[in-house]
Amino acid sequence: MKHIRLTLALFALIFATVALRGQTPAGPIKIGFIVPLSGPFAQNGRDILNGFLLLLDEVGYRVGGRQIQLIVEDDEAIPAVTLTKARKLVESDRVHLLAGTLLASSGYALAPYVDAQQIPTVYPVVSSDDLTQRRRSKWIVRTGWTSSQPNHAFGEYAYRTLGYRTVATIALDYAFGWESVGGFQRTFEAEGGRIVQRMWTPVSVHDFAPYLAQISRDVDAVYALFLGRTALQFMRQYAEYGLKGRVPLIGSGTTTDEHVLPFMGDEALGVVTSLQYSAALDTPDNRRFTAAYRRRYNKLASYYAESMYTGGKWVLAAMEALGGRVEDRTKLLEALRAAQPTGLPRGLVTLDEYGSPVQSIYIRRVERVNGELQNTVIATVPRVSQFWKYNPADYLRQPLYSRRFVPTS
Amino acid sequence: MTVTVDSGSRKPLGLPNAAGTSGWRLPILGALAIALVAGPLFLSSYWVGLLTQVVILAILAMSLDVLLGYTGLPSLGHAAFFGVAAYAVAVLSTAYRVDFWLCVLAALFAGTALAAIFGLIVSHVRDVYFLMITLALGMVLWGLSYRWIPVTGGDNGISGIPNLLAHAGMPWTGPVAFYYVSLTVLLVCAGLMALLVRSPFGLSLRGIRENEHRMRSLGFNTWLHCYLSYVIAAAFASVAGVLWAYYNGFVSPTYLDLTASSELFLMVTLGGPATLVGPVLGAGIIVLLKNVISAYTARWLLILGIVYIVAILAAPKGLWNLGKSRT
Amino acid sequence: MTYLLTQTLNGLFSAALLFLIASGLTLAFGVMKIVNIAHGSFYMLGVYVAYSVFLRTQSLLWGAVVAIVVVGTIGFVMQRYFLRRFAADPLAQMMMTMGFALLFRDAALMVWGGDPFTLQYPGWLSGSMETGDVVFPLYRLFVIVVAALVGVALWLVNEKTLVGARLRAAVDDPEMASATGINVARLSGLVFAAGAGLAAFGGVMGGPILGGYAGIDFDLLPLAFVVVIVGGMGSLKGALVGSIVVGMIDNFGKALVPELSYFTLFAPMVLVLAFKPTGLYGRA
Repeated sequence: MKHIRLTLALFALIFATVALRGQTPAGPIKIGFIVPLSGPFAQNGRDILNGFLLLLDEVGYRVGGRQIQLIVEDDEAIPAVTLTKARKLVESDRVHLLAGTLLASSGYALAPYVDAQQIPTVYPVVSSDDLTQRRRSKWIVRTGWTSSQPNHAFGEYAYRTLGYRTVATIALDYAFGWESVGGFQRTFEAEGGRIVQRMWTPVSVHDFAPYLAQISRDVDAVYALFLGRTALQFMRQYAEYGLKGRVPLIGSGTTTDEHVLPFMGDEALGVVTSLQYSAALDTPDNRRFTAAYRRRYNKLASYYAESMYTGGKWVLAAMEALGGRVEDRTKLLEALRAAQPTGLPRGLVTLDEYGSPVQSIYIRRVERVNGELQNTVIATVPRVSQFWKYNPADYLRQPLYSRRFVPTS
Repeated sequence: MTVTVDSGSRKPLGLPNAAGTSGWRLPILGALAIALVAGPLFLSSYWVGLLTQVVILAILAMSLDVLLGYTGLPSLGHAAFFGVAAYAVAVLSTAYRVDFWLCVLAALFAGTALAAIFGLIVSHVRDVYFLMITLALGMVLWGLSYRWIPVTGGDNGISGIPNLLAHAGMPWTGPVAFYYVSLTVLLVCAGLMALLVRSPFGLSLRGIRENEHRMRSLGFNTWLHCYLSYVIAAAFASVAGVLWAYYNGFVSPTYLDLTASSELFLMVTLGGPATLVGPVLGAGIIVLLKNVISAYTARWLLILGIVYIVAILAAPKGLWNLGKSRT
Repeated sequence: MTYLLTQTLNGLFSAALLFLIASGLTLAFGVMKIVNIAHGSFYMLGVYVAYSVFLRTQSLLWGAVVAIVVVGTIGFVMQRYFLRRFAADPLAQMMMTMGFALLFRDAALMVWGGDPFTLQYPGWLSGSMETGDVVFPLYRLFVIVVAALVGVALWLVNEKTLVGARLRAAVDDPEMASATGINVARLSGLVFAAGAGLAAFGGVMGGPILGGYAGIDFDLLPLAFVVVIVGGMGSLKGALVGSIVVGMIDNFGKALVPELSYFTLFAPMVLVLAFKPTGLYGRA
């Protein structure tokens, strides 16, 4: 009798231990993070990382009762390296989730691998339209934006509110430029406006003089799409060539994003752009975020930084919903798609069924407040999806925006 | 009148050569061989992947060695042929769904034919002018890969290249199998290149490197030799390009840019030009350095630069040529 | 007509910057047969150093002075203690400069971070010259004038001074020059340092327009090479003519056939190398 009870007790103990071990796996949650940390895009990569680090600090590197281990890799903005680092993170470090990449080319290069490995992946910045459209991957969740998303909204705004009827566009000559201009052109012309001139500059441009001399001065506005140092240089040279006072300048958000705005001068005042974020957005969540970011990194939060703060919140919300049990990749992916994080600096975001965010688009104008330049939000277009107001099936039947092609309607 | 032969050409079996150099090369070669042949059986898939990269880039580096080390023509645009072949595989296998052997042949043809054309305008220049013209041609091809969007996909590149083993109809799967396929290709190419540099043609190339005027006065058509060396080097670079496209599953303009050509150049000169083994070593060192160091610090580029400077100070003729005397 | 005039002036501006960068490169090659892969890095360091100085002093002039001195010194040290050892092996020298280029690139990232910036040009130079329909920034005109003055000064030094004579002798025949008592080693160091200083000065001059950013070193390097090749290695006159040719072709090319922008730059280089490798004014 005694033996039976003892044996049963022992079994119960072993059973409980095994069962409990199955319930709360040992070891930290591993998140693999890939961004450029060397080369020309190093600063953007670092900003994205910093946004994530800020968030992880706030939660004490814990979610669902488990420790988080962040493994960061540098992909030098070269797709082959992105793939190599992804292999290391997934196959050697055995991460539970991948996040990051900056360039479209890296994003496209990584997608087949992500699919083959079936690893939940978050793209916080990569904005190539097609990654959640015709070439979408089940395993990739985009928490940032698509290039055409803010521009669809902006085309309509430029016609209706700003009253422009003719616009000349100048943009970097690669997919990001084509998709941004494409989005703007489509809605602007659908309203009745006309893009009278489309100029494309090489991605390596630094002197805009040959292009600025050709811009038609008879248009209502010039739409410019640049980022990083090209935005800085363009803004300066636009004023240099006497266009600043003559033709209003508008553009996509990266042209005046906070990663370059502090380095601009008065030449940027009055420029109107659109993006899913502005550091000057006046909400409690955003004020808290930008203050914390400034305290820690001593600079203004850019959309790069915000992107992985929000992306990070998405990841944490999903992991929290699973109670920290992230080993099942399919469940983690479902949780990612179903997550409803709150407290995002940019406002309310939901995910559409293609894995791309539906969010507010902010129309901003550059103003100087308290001696600093900022992107003051002058209008908000709520619940903008990657398809604008079009039916997704119809939208996808048309080809992707390209250098030459923009669907009419 | 004898043409001085560089004592750096290793026989595949690693027999000591007659130039009286120290015997440290033999054990290193042995260790290398064991690592390459047996390593993947014990390593995780990530390390197998890294070794595969080393093997493929070793083929590329050896091809540049034929041109740079043996013929003395420094090319800063060699990655262009590697890239062209890779793109050929990408375009044919994705847009046209061409079957494997045709893809490979077409890619090899593309790289070699391009070199045959370019060779016509580069084979008469030497030294820094050769460096510049190859740099310029490399940039032109890079520009093409960037701008010819309907074919190359521009900045986004082309992805979706099928798995090599599946595409070729081979019965095996997985990274280890791919590795051994690449290793086989490396051994075949290395064997061919070794035969080449030992042949009378190869010896003439070395003669041209040492003293072109003398070779010409002996009646050699140095222009033709340089032309053929350029084309042959490009052919082997194309082989590497084919493997690289299949390994990554995509192609991008970064395969052909100046950074790629410079890194390739570094592999050869760090490892030791005119040895064939040196470039393999150089490829290994650079791939491993980049990947291992970058796991620990973001400052890996700085470290690589310092390592490089120190290596040149200590071994100006490359690591594999350390201790060798050359006349 | 307006268009033509603006583009021409802009071509001259590009030429001015290219001349400042390329003159150092061509001299380094002429005297020492060095292909300096780190030359773009000198430009980059110049504009970064000037930026730091500018933040403290608000003076572009001081920025220029400090940049020239600092980068010139770096160049001197690089040549004297590292490159000089391989004076007989141009390939090793080139590889060494490649290592330094990587080093400078990451060091700059470490010290200054990767954010892009532009320098502020002095108040009296801001604004544009407007005659009729032609609008052209004053600062760019200033750069053209300064580059021309630098060119004249270099020519004077080269042709009319003893140092210049020694330099020309060393370019022509280093062995003979050495035999006549010219200290070729020290001369080489000075020339390399001067070339580095010139590139840095170019960086400061270009600062208000192009600014500084991570990657500017390798962006400008091919341009410098094109100029030196077209003009002829070792020839200052070649650098001058080469920069004007390249500046014009690049500007008009970008304006007229933007699709071919990469080709308009490298096509002249390939043509020159294919038919006259020594360039317009170079020596065989």
